[in-house]
Parts: sequence; structure tokens; C-alpha cells
Amino acid sequence: MDLYPLWNSLRIAGISTVIIFFVGIFAAYYIAKIPRVIKGILDVILTMPLVLPPTVVGYLLLRVLGPKHTIGAWFLETFGIRLTMTWWSAVFATTVVIFPLMYRTARGAFESFDETLAYSGKTIGLSGPFIFWRIRIPYCKQGLIAGTVLAFARALGEYGATSMIAGYTPGRTATISTTVYQLWRTDNDALALKWVLVNLAISFVVLLAVNMVEKKERKRAG
Amino acid sequence: MSIYLDIEKRLGDFCLKVSLEAGNEVVSLLGASGCGKSMTLKCIAGIEKPDRGRIVVNDTVLFDSEKRINLPSQKRRAGLMFQNYALFPNMTVWQNIYTGTNRYRDKKIRQEKTREILERFDLTELKERLPSRISGGQQQRTALARILVSEPELLMLDEPFSALDSHLRFRMEQETRKIIREFGKTVLVVSHDRDEVFRLSDRIAVMNNGKVDVYGDRTAVFADPGTRNACMLTGCKNISPIRKLDEHRVLATDWGLVLETGKEVGDASYVGIRHHDANGESPENRFLCDVVSVTENPFSYTVMLRHADHPEAGAFGWELDKAAWQSVQSDRVEIQIPKKAIMLLKQ
Repeated sequence: MDLYPLWNSLRIAGISTVIIFFVGIFAAYYIAKIPRVIKGILDVILTMPLVLPPTVVGYLLLRVLGPKHTIGAWFLETFGIRLTMTWWSAVFATTVVIFPLMYRTARGAFESFDETLAYSGKTIGLSGPFIFWRIRIPYCKQGLIAGTVLAFARALGEYGATSMIAGYTPGRTATISTTVYQLWRTDNDALALKWVLVNLAISFVVLLAVNMVEKKERKRAG
Repeated sequence: MSIYLDIEKRLGDFCLKVSLEAGNEVVSLLGASGCGKSMTLKCIAGIEKPDRGRIVVNDTVLFDSEKRINLPSQKRRAGLMFQNYALFPNMTVWQNIYTGTNRYRDKKIRQEKTREILERFDLTELKERLPSRISGGQQQRTALARILVSEPELLMLDEPFSALDSHLRFRMEQETRKIIREFGKTVLVVSHDRDEVFRLSDRIAVMNNGKVDVYGDRTAVFADPGTRNACMLTGCKNISPIRKLDEHRVLATDWGLVLETGKEVGDASYVGIRHHDANGESPENRFLCDVVSVTENPFSYTVMLRHADHPEAGAFGWELDKAAWQSVQSDRVEIQIPKKAIMLLKQ
């Protein structure tokens, strides 16, 4: 059994999770501070990928990153790089799809933060970055970890947008989910089942981790 | 003057408009919840920004709307202790206090300062504990230590004892009183507890609906609160509207009592009499009263009385210790309200 799809899935999910960890946290932190009307609109736009069909996300991404469209064409012309149909193209898809998961859990965590901690930190002379990294983030740690793990799990399972932007090339862009589909389509049921079991195992472990983190959270709160 | 404050801030329908000056003394802001006392502290600390005005502490301008000065909290050196103490939950007692020494860059000096204050506040043994693992009193001590180690020019305490159990409260109050006396600079205390305020402060500013109603020496404020609101906040429960009969005589309309006053009535529209002030010996202000009800308190009785000639009038309270009431105990008593016990109040 060629393990390339497993490795490819893990690195795509890993990279997009790292990106979204920072982007999601900063979006959640700064959007909480802006005026209410703009916040409401931005919030809707940023949460959209959560409810859109992955194929719609894939379509929209191709409209922007495809070799005949704005950014995609510019990249191809300037750097000679195609943004689609490579293994890392899938990172675009997973990043967009998992962003709302991280953003929303991070926002929930930040909203539960006791703002008087930041105030009292300021009055004794602590800098903004110190308060953010050493007080706010640790305080919201459990929520942020839960969001990150959930985002990783979702990235691992991404199929629709990934298959549209990265396609399926064995040994190059194949991920677990696209492999399962391909094997099933070509009547290779035994191998498909193996990959299904791999996927089930990973998801099981990840969700167990989320539950454990949340349990710890409740213990601390109660 | 150590602190000069003159600020205005609108929040919806509410308008905060506070002017206050104080030297190196303890000043309490006394007021009901929502009167703007905590907001005032937040404006001084730089957490809230006033719409207009000026804040000066020890010759440093912290805020001046005309000159567009608005120092960040970090540079104001205005220590503010929150009601919940706001200790960082992920840091030990030592780490919490150590963060307060950030004014110094040298690690050795910072550690030395932390060690000293831990010792002084009797926290050395607890230094490795998290805030959630120490008692309320110890949390308060840690919070105070963290603020004082940051060397503030001004200390502000927001409802310092409200989060404590009553048995701890008194002890922490004694401790805190000692600490703020030693501090030697301006201390502002926000509270709604009149006893606490009286014991802690030199001067009291009574606030009402965003404004300072009365500001003065603590004994003077309690003896002559001046306004109806201040009178209520200093714990007076007998307050009645009045009709002025002449410069030294009023009719307390709620109770049907014609009272002779010591001071000139002026434009006062209410009168207040404290619960325990109805057993004088002088000839004036003597009234025969019916006993309406008697309530037993742990160490006293509260007797509700009504003027015997006005059965339709409202009752007023009289508080006397247990032995005193037991020796009187009757359905009808004669009381005498001393002239100096009658507080003339404006709306």
C-alpha cells in the first residue's frame, strides 16, 4: 500500500492548520474590536465557507487562482508558477474551508476573557504584546487548542474544494479522501476500505483529543 | 494638590461630570451602584477616555482634552485594584507580583523588589501557588502587592472588600488601612458601604447620578450630609419632605411633626433624623408617640413610632439598645429630638 496519500493529507492539513492558527486568532481578536455594523457583515463573510458546499468554494478559488484568471495568471506570468494542480494547491482549499472553525472558536474563547485582567496589566505598566501573549492567550488556551484540533481534523477530511483545485494525481496530489473516491470508482474496494479505516482511526484520535481538552476546560471552569 | 480631576463623559442617557481635588490623603467615593464611581476610577487609570476635561496627578498631566494629551495606562502610574483583584490565573503569586516590576530592566533588581514585597505582605510561603489556590484575603494581598511594587503615584481601590466573606472583611480592612496609610500618597476608595468608608477615609465624596453631590471631611459629611441622597447613603433611614414654617421651624409632612431646627432652614426641602437620635433631654421637640411595631436586631431594637395626635401620619424609626428598650417598653412613649440631630437637606 502506497502511503503517499496519508503523508500528503497530513502535510496539507498541518500547513493549513498552522496558517489558520495565527490568521484565525488575529481575525478573532481584531474583529471583536471594530464597530458593530461592519463587524456583523465581516462576521457573515468570514463564516460563509462553513456553510457553502465545498464545490462552491473550489469553484470560487479556481475563478481567482486558475491559470486563466487574475491572480493565477499573474503568478504564472511573473514567476512561472501554476497555483493549481500541485500538492500545495490543496492548502488554499483547506485553509479557506477551515478558517471559520478556528475563527469562531477563537472568538468564543476571547469573548469569555475577563477584560479586567488586561486593564490591570496595563495599569501596572505591562505592554500590549505581553498582555496578549502571556495573559490573554494562556487564559483562552483550551478554547484555542480545541479550535486548532477541530480545524486540523476538518482539513484532513477536505474533499470537494481540494479535488477541484488540486485534482487527483497518484503520487503527486492524491490525498486520503481523493484516493478513497478514486479507488471506489475503479472498483478497488479492498484498498478503499483500508484507507477508510485509516481515516476513521485518525478522526477518532483527533475527536478524542478535542473531548479531552474540553473536559479539562470544564474542570477548570467549574 | 496631588490629584486634580475635572472630567465629563456621556454614556447614552448617563452623564458623568466629576470635579475633585485631593492631597496626600484617603478619599472615598461613596455612592449607589451605577452612580459613576467606578467609571471615574477607570477614567483616571486610562481605561476609559473622558469626552472632555483634565486629569493631573502630582504635576503630571494624564489627560487634557484641550491640549490633546491622553497618556496610555502604562505611563500613568495610577494603580487600580479591581473588585475581583484581577490576578493573572496562569501565573503564580511570585510571577503575578514580578510582572509589576516591569519598570526595571535589570532582572536582579526585579527579583529583589519582588522578594521584598512578598516578605512585607507575608506572602513568601505562598509564592509558588496559583491565585485559585489561595484564600480571598491572600488574593487581595497579592493584588495590592502587585500594584505597590509597580510604584504608583496614586492608588485606587474599587470596592476592595466586597468579594470577601464578612468575617474576613474586617481583618482585611484593618490590614488595608495600615497599607494605605503607609503608602503616603493619594488613595481613592470606591465603596457603597458607609461604615467602611468612614473608617478608611479622611474625606468623603458622595456621588449621585454621575456627579459629586457633597465633598468634605468624613465627620462633617456624616454630621451634615446636605442632600437627601448623601443623607441616605450615610445610612439615615428617617427622611421626610418638609414645609417651612419659619427660619427655625418646619413641618415634617410624612410624620406630622413640627420640628424646631438649630440651623436656619434656608431652601432645604427635606429633613433627616438618624435612628438613634430620639432620646434627648431638652424641652423642645418633645412628642408623644404610639409604638407601631418593634423589631429585634442582634444587639438592639428598632421601634417604629407614630405621632399620637396624627394617627394618619407615617411612622419613623428609633433604634435603642436592648436594655434601654426593655426599661421603657410601652405602647406609648415620649421622645425628644435634639435640635442638632435634625439634618436639613436639599434635593
